[in-house]
This record gives sequence, C-alpha cells and structure tokens, in this order.
Amino acid sequence: MSPLTYIFLLPILGALLILLIPGNYKFVIRCVALLASLISLVVAVFVFCTYETSPVVHGFHYVQQCAWAPSVGINYHVGVDGINLGLILMGATVLFAAVCVSHQVKTREKEFYLLLLMMGGGILGAFVSLDLFFFYFFHEFALVPTFIMIGIWGKGEDKNYATFQITLYLSIGALLVLLGLIALYLQLPPPDRTFDIVALTDYFKEHPMAEAPQRIIFPLLLFGFGILVSLWPFHTWAPLGYGSAPTATAMVHAGVLKKFGLYGLIRVALPLMPDEAQHWANILSLLCLGNILYCGLVAMRQRNLNLLIGNSSVAHMGFAFLGIASLSLIGITGTVLIMVAHGFLAALTFSLSGYLRDEAKTLEIDELGGLLRKLPFIGAVMIIAMLAGCGVPGFAGFPGEVLVLFGSWQRSEMIAGLAVWGALVIAGVYMLRAIRNVWHGDKEWPAIADVSTLWRKIPYSLLLIGLILFGCFPRLLTDKIKASVAPVVRMVGAEAIEMAPVTHVHITK
Amino acid sequence: MNFSLLTLEIAVVALALGLILMDLWTPPPAKRKLGWVAVVGLLAILGLSFTIHSDSVAAGTSMLVQDGLAVFFQRLFLIAAIFVLIMANETASRLSMGIAEFHAIVLMALAGMMLAAAANDFILLFVALELISISFYVLVSFQRARLQSLEAGVKYLIQSALSAAILVFGIALVFGASNQTNFVMLNSESAALDSNKVYWLGILMVLFGLTFKISAFPLQVWAPDVYQGAPTPVTAFLATGSKAAGFVLVLRVLFLAIPKLAVHWDKFLMLTSAITILYGNLCAIPQRNLKRLLGYSSIANAGYMLLGVAALNESGSAAVLYYLAGYLFTLAAAFLVICVVMKDSDDVAHLAGLGRRSPMLAGALTLVMVSLAGIPPLAGFLGKFLLLRALIEHGPTNPACYWLAFVAVAGVVISLYYYFAVIRVMYWAKDPPDLSAITVPSGIAIPLVVCVLAMIYLGVYPGTVLASATEAVKALKF
Repeated sequence: MSPLTYIFLLPILGALLILLIPGNYKFVIRCVALLASLISLVVAVFVFCTYETSPVVHGFHYVQQCAWAPSVGINYHVGVDGINLGLILMGATVLFAAVCVSHQVKTREKEFYLLLLMMGGGILGAFVSLDLFFFYFFHEFALVPTFIMIGIWGKGEDKNYATFQITLYLSIGALLVLLGLIALYLQLPPPDRTFDIVALTDYFKEHPMAEAPQRIIFPLLLFGFGILVSLWPFHTWAPLGYGSAPTATAMVHAGVLKKFGLYGLIRVALPLMPDEAQHWANILSLLCLGNILYCGLVAMRQRNLNLLIGNSSVAHMGFAFLGIASLSLIGITGTVLIMVAHGFLAALTFSLSGYLRDEAKTLEIDELGGLLRKLPFIGAVMIIAMLAGCGVPGFAGFPGEVLVLFGSWQRSEMIAGLAVWGALVIAGVYMLRAIRNVWHGDKEWPAIADVSTLWRKIPYSLLLIGLILFGCFPRLLTDKIKASVAPVVRMVGAEAIEMAPVTHVHITK
Repeated sequence: MNFSLLTLEIAVVALALGLILMDLWTPPPAKRKLGWVAVVGLLAILGLSFTIHSDSVAAGTSMLVQDGLAVFFQRLFLIAAIFVLIMANETASRLSMGIAEFHAIVLMALAGMMLAAAANDFILLFVALELISISFYVLVSFQRARLQSLEAGVKYLIQSALSAAILVFGIALVFGASNQTNFVMLNSESAALDSNKVYWLGILMVLFGLTFKISAFPLQVWAPDVYQGAPTPVTAFLATGSKAAGFVLVLRVLFLAIPKLAVHWDKFLMLTSAITILYGNLCAIPQRNLKRLLGYSSIANAGYMLLGVAALNESGSAAVLYYLAGYLFTLAAAFLVICVVMKDSDDVAHLAGLGRRSPMLAGALTLVMVSLAGIPPLAGFLGKFLLLRALIEHGPTNPACYWLAFVAVAGVVISLYYYFAVIRVMYWAKDPPDLSAITVPSGIAIPLVVCVLAMIYLGVYPGTVLASATEAVKALKF
C-alpha cells in the first residue's frame, strides 16, 4: 500500500477507534487522537523527504491504483507530485497541531476528537486522491464535522447563524463543483468514462474539449471552487465562521480545507479547459483584487481579533487567485507556495488567538492590551505570525507573494501594482495596529498564564518551523512545484517563463 | 398456469394467514412474540428469493413477470417489511389491540407490493395497487383511540380513492384505444397507437394516478398529514415500501408499455420532478414535527428520484433503484430512532439533548439526516450522485436537463437547512428539558446498527448493489 493511503486512513481509523472507547476515558481518547495524527505526520514527513528518490508513474510518486466501481469509472487512485506534496505535509502538520492545542476542550472530548480526526482525515484524503470522485467525496466528508463542531464548541453570539451560513455556502460551492465534475466526466465517450485525473488529463491532451462544454463547465468549477476558497464576493462566510469556530476547527478549516478549491482549480480546471481559463483570467484577476483590497480594508475596521485574522486570511486568498489568474509558470508556482505558507500561517494565528481567547476571555481588541508582559511566548510567536502575514521576508509567504506578483506583472502591471499596495500597505496597517493594541500598552492582567511546558509549545513551534523553513529555503518546494506546474501551464498554452533567477533574487537579497 | 412465478407471494400470504390462525391459539401474554415469528418467516422468504433464477423467465405476454427488476424490488420490499415488523414489535404497547392483525395486514400490503413489482399488465397493476391501498387504509388508522390516526386514515382513504379512480379511468381509456392491457402487447402495437389522442390521455391519467403512490406533484398533498398521523411503523412502510412500489410501476409503465412514446414525456416528467423537489423542500423548512418533516422530505426525495426517470436512460433507472435501496435503510434507521425517542410527541424540540441522553441514537439520527441531505460518505450522496450523472448524461438530447440539475442542487441546499436544524437540536439546543439516559432495547439496537452499516456501505462502495440495479433495469427498454 502506498504511504499516502496511511496518511489519511490513520486519522479516520483513529476516529473509529475513539468511537469504540467509552466517553469517560478522556486520557485514552486524547492519546489515540495524538498518536493517529502524529503517525500520519511522520508518514507525511517521510513522503516529503523521500519524494525525489521514489519511483515515478505518469509524473506522480507513491502511486496506488485499484478499481473501485468500474461500471461508473471510479478508481481508487492516490499519488503525489509537486502540487500536492507541500499541501499534504502542511495538512498533516496542521492536523497534529490542532489535536495538540485541543487540550483546552473540556466538554464532550470523545465527540470532539472523533469529529476533528474525521475532518482532518477527510481533507488529507482529498489532497492525495487522483480520482475526482474521491477528491470530492473526501472534501465533503469534512462538512458535517465542521457544522457540528462550530455548533457544540463554538463561541460567540452569532454561533447559530455562523454554523448555517458556513454550511450552506460551502454546500453551494461543493454542489456547483459536483455538477461541473460530472459534466466533465461525461465529456468522454461512454466506454472510456472515468473520474481518474491522470486519464482525463491524457485524454484531453489528445482531444481538447470543445468550446461549448468548456463555456458551461469552467464557470461551474471556477465559482464552485471559488466559493470554497472565499473568492470575493462569495467570502462572507469565512470571517464569521472562523470567528465562531473552536480553535482546532478554525485551524484545520482555514489552514487546510480552504486550499482544496485552489488545488482543484490548478489540478482540474486549468489544464482541462485552457480556452475558458484564458477567457476568465482577466475577470478572475479583478475579483481577486476584491479579496486583496476590499477584504483588506474590511480587516482594518475589525474590532475583534478573530474577525481581523479571518478577514486577513480571506485577503491572502486573493494572492493565491492572482497567481492562478496570471496563468504563468511563475505565478502558479507562487500560488502553490502561498497555499502551503498560508496553511501554516492561518493555523498558527488561529491557534494563538484561540489560546488568547481562553486566557483573556475576550478577543475584542479594545479590551486587550499589554499582554506581552504576561504572555511572552504566545505574544512573541503571534507577533512573528502577524509580521509573516504582512509578507515580511524570511517567512514562506514572502517568496510565494513575490512569485505571484512577478507572474501577474507580465499580465497586467496595474493589477499587480494594486495588489502590492494591498499586501504591503493595507496588511501592514492592520497587522501592526493589532500588534500595538493587543500586545503593547500598560494594561495589567493578573489572572493570566503563558504556555508553561515545553510540551505545550510543540504545536506552535511546529507550525512556525514550517513557516520559516519554506521561507528561508523555498527551493525545497519551488523546484518540485515548478516541475509539476510546467505541464499544467503548457496545457493552458501560456509560454513557460524560466523562474530559477527569481528565487535567487530572494535568497541573495 | 405457472405457480412457481408466485412462490414468494404465496409464501408471504401463507405467513399472514398462519399468523392470524396462530393468534387464535396463542395465550395473550405470548402474542407479542408472534411478531418475531413473522420477522423470522420474512427472513426465510428473503433467503428463498436468492434461490430464484430471475433470468430463466423472459418477459413475455404473461400477466406477471419474474424478471430481474421484479426480484430486486421484491427483496427491497421484504427488507422494508422486516424493519416495519421489528418496529411494530417494539411499539406494540402503543397499538391498542390486535397486534397479530397488524402484522398480518402488513404482510398483505407486502404481498401487494411484491405483485406490483412483477406486474406486466394494467389489470394486475390495479389489483396490486388496491391490495396495497386497502391494507394501508386499515394500518394508517390502526390506533382507533387516537384522533390523529383516524384523521390520517380518512385523508389517506379519500385521496387514495381519488387517485385510484383517475388511474382506473386511464386504464379504461388505454384499453378502449388499444384493446390491450398487457404492457408488452401495448408496446408491440405502439406504431398504431402513437397518434391516438385517447391513448395518450389514458397514459397521462395512469401516470397521474401513480404520482399518488410515489407522493409526487400533483398528488402529493396527503403525505405530510398521513406521515404525521399514522403509527410510526406504518409511516415507515409508506415511506419505504409503498413509495418504491409506485416507482417500480412508473418504470414498468414508461419503459415496458410505452418506451417509444416515453421520449415525448420527458418534459412532463422534468416539470413534475422540478415542482416536486421545490414543493417538498420549501414546505419542509417551517416544520416542527419530525414525522411531518420526513413527510415533506419524502416528497422532495420522490422529486429527486424522478430525475432518474426523466433522464430516460438505463443509468437513470439504475440510479433510481440504487437511491431507493439507500432511502430504505436511511428511513428505516430514522423511524427506528423515532420509535424509541418519540413516545409522547413527535415535536423536533423533543429531541433536545439527545446527544447526551443516548449518543447512539443521536449519532444514528445524525447520519440519517446527513444521508438525506446527500453528503458523503452515506447512501444519500451516492444516490444523488448517480441520479445527477444520469440526468446530465441525457443533457445533450434535451438541454432542459441542465436547468433541472440546477433545480435539484437548489433543492439540496434548501434541504440542508432543515435537516441540519434537526442535528442542531440534538446536540446544542438550549435548555434540554430532560437529560435522563435512554436505554435502547436490543430489538432496536441491532436493526439500527444494520441500517447504519448499510447506509455507509451503500455510500462508500457502490459496486455490488449498483451492478445488481443495472442488471435489474435490463428488463426495461429505453
């Protein structure tokens, strides 16, 4: 069996095991959850480290394929290439970190860990799948756990509204995607019909899809996936949902699940429907300015730290879309890097704000202040994360954003210019202001304690390591991403632009 | 006459009569055990159904055919009846009297459904439907002391009689136009009948009458009232068995009697489907009574299944069969939970705190709602997936399919709201009135686990059941 199968199966098996343990064995339940997610992370690290030396099938490593329902063209097919390699590593890390920080949960632990592992296993399954059926299937797997977790353990007055809003939005997006994927599958002649991504890509390479079906299917996928990634103006579910969600849910959702839509666009929509991708690229780049500028300005006005982080995470998604809209090798490579970087970043910020919420009992920025004296570790990490959020070099977000801006510049200078303004100026303003208002100042906090043991610092440190590692050595990822994005870009028909010098620019800076 | 075609039906009727006779000699305290005799008997008949070689009998001009389609549905009905009898055993104390009669009448309705599955003639179709309907008149109003049950019985009687009248009028017109009642003979004479307006009107009235059984527009109004008022096991049988019987007849009429005409009916079917989906889902939103909510949901689900019929292709009909199989286990699980939890009232608010009172029941009901909403990894998702696939496959011949697919998706999104509201009440409703733990009797727990496993199996691994559904619809012509 491919190690990729273990990566998503272990959390799901862990969840099933937890189902059988009586609810009052809380320690055992937590141990099972930690162990399942830890082994999954270890396997993911193993896959990342041995990626280059493993055998290659059709450009994918660690491939496992077997028939599942041949009459409908469904196969179990997993594999990893440069595009999902980083996402799998990031997803497994975030899941483990989310389980670690969940010691704050003190009610109904059994259900909590069960749902969290289902959610994490589901999304990891979506990232390793090379069959559109399972790709969709595993993503939807996470919808119900999200709903129940926000409902039971969520916080805030708008909790009920938030649960339904996030569920309905995500379902609309997912169902549009489902329609698009089924229509895509039906483009093949009856005997060859398959949901296998590799087979579909090969087929459409030989027989490009006709104009008319592209015109229907591409917008379905673009807006379906777009809603899942909170593309402006379909983003309103995200800040409120994350603001109300329990810490672990927000980490996994904002960090990992949200990348599903971007991944789907790069993996499916762009290579299979190149004509419409060219056609929609300009509209998409305008919409992502909506994310970057509009949501940036909205984030500036927030008085609640979680809503601020939520809005800033929506704004970051604008950069990821901008790279896709550039349709260039360099831009899409940057998008994939941003996806990984933002996964670590979003999980880190939500885990820290969750800690803060539990300690300070509020996240209203006006009521906070002067916390750095009491919370040196949490505060320092949060300040680092916030600086990483405004694109400071040394963190993984920076090389990603630079690559995206280079890619986007070739398409339209004006849009790239506006995006830079949004990223540097607007993000700088709200992040620095939040740092000042939350951490500095002379407010006294008697009953508040920092993370005490080394053990408790692990989840934050892991996420920070990911951020710094890929920030200082982006070529660990970009070389692999580039090799896998190049065929996608070739299918879209844009000229491949050599990008090696760009990473040097950053490293020697 | 070949009695071997009727083996299963004869066995069921014999079991029913045997139960009534046994009731005479059984002392009152032991009477409730008779239900388990019936369950065991049905399990044996279900086993027997696997020894019947369906392919040995080709669809001829006989009144009754024992083809793959018939056997598939007969097994479905047998499984449904087993769950219904189990529920009846567990809720026997709530049925005022005559528990043996109750079981016997359920078996009679089952015999009607099994005949309907094998009907190859309008006469047998009508007889089978009447056997089902008349059994249900009694079953729906079985709790004679309960006003709601009586009200539901009267409503069911009146609307069922109306639909039967329309149906039999349609059959008369068909016979008048063609001198035939046999499906295969009608098809062979289709060239002469295609332009006959009376014949068309007859077929239209037959389909109109059948929408009552599947609770689709325009004869869907009865479903919520009757679902709410009828005893819970009866509601379960209406939702799983009776609806499936309606669908097998729709499939047989459309694709055996008039396969060549059916292409002209796709707009009618699509419109019916769209209205049914929207009506069911929109009306379900404000419902507070769980059984009533499931009544509206059953209307919406009839609409989804009509998508597969409207697709007019083999994969569409196979998807309908697959969906019905998934729907059977989903609703059986729902009503098993309702049997235990909803003792005094069917109000959704009554579920408050169920997540703490009985994690097992709450978990099962959550999975039911998730499956009905069509979310992986459960049966409802795969069913909807196959239906949509079949519908979009038909798209190139009729672009209206794409719009219908959007209506279906809109319906699914609306339905999430009310299905998930039930989940919310179970897990995080404010101030649950009662937090005492509920003990689940093993008579409920075991079938419930079976249902949940079947839901997951059908949602994860479509292979075997889909293959048998595809094999079954080979009996039809497209």
